[in-house]
Amino acid sequence: MAEILINARGMQCPGPIVQLFKEAQNCASGDILCIEVTDHGFKKDIAAWCRKTKNELISLEDEGGVIKARIKKN
Amino acid sequence: MDTNKKTIVVFSGDLDKAMASFIIANGAAAMGNEVTMFFTFWGLNILRKPEKVKIKKSFLEALFGWMMPRGAGMLGLSKMNFGGMGASMMKTIMKQKNVSTVQELIESAQSLGVKLIVCTMSMDVMGIREEELIDGVEFAGVATYLGEADEANVNLFI
Repeated sequence: MAEILINARGMQCPGPIVQLFKEAQNCASGDILCIEVTDHGFKKDIAAWCRKTKNELISLEDEGGVIKARIKKN
Repeated sequence: MDTNKKTIVVFSGDLDKAMASFIIANGAAAMGNEVTMFFTFWGLNILRKPEKVKIKKSFLEALFGWMMPRGAGMLGLSKMNFGGMGASMMKTIMKQKNVSTVQELIESAQSLGVKLIVCTMSMDVMGIREEELIDGVEFAGVATYLGEADEANVNLFI
């Protein structure tokens, strides 16, 4: 199972989810996507994205303004 | 993945409204939705090529074409435009804050498979020809839009 790191720091909405969606398309089921974002809206957005795309949000942390999310592709 | 459809009617040719339209379209596509955007009236200007295309037009058509913004880079704000000064200020701020331009959002939308459909009646009224619009757009009428909107669970008019 692969782990993919996506650096979406500095990107504004909708950049991070567009990036995440594109990467997720190339992933196999069970792969882990780690994304780092500085756009604050992403904290809520990632939950909605995971719900809609039926992927699993494993963890979500805010480390001094950098939001780090780990998502398992289903 | 859910394949819900979203449709957006882009009637406005204002910079701010074009941005909102394309941000929603990109977001929806990134949520796994099938997205169709219909461009009508002033919305056509968003899809115009920035360069002048040589075409034989009637005097009124040519005048209309000259009076309207040629492409996404030339749009004005719906409020506080002040003859284009407002739009330049907005674009400067957007650049500083790393917000995508309308042109970038259009490219992104196309790469995500968002369908861009142009209303042929509006093209006729405004004297805009296929050659004047960016590549990758489709041409249709209101029935195509209604057909898509019927299958969609979100429909916006911007």
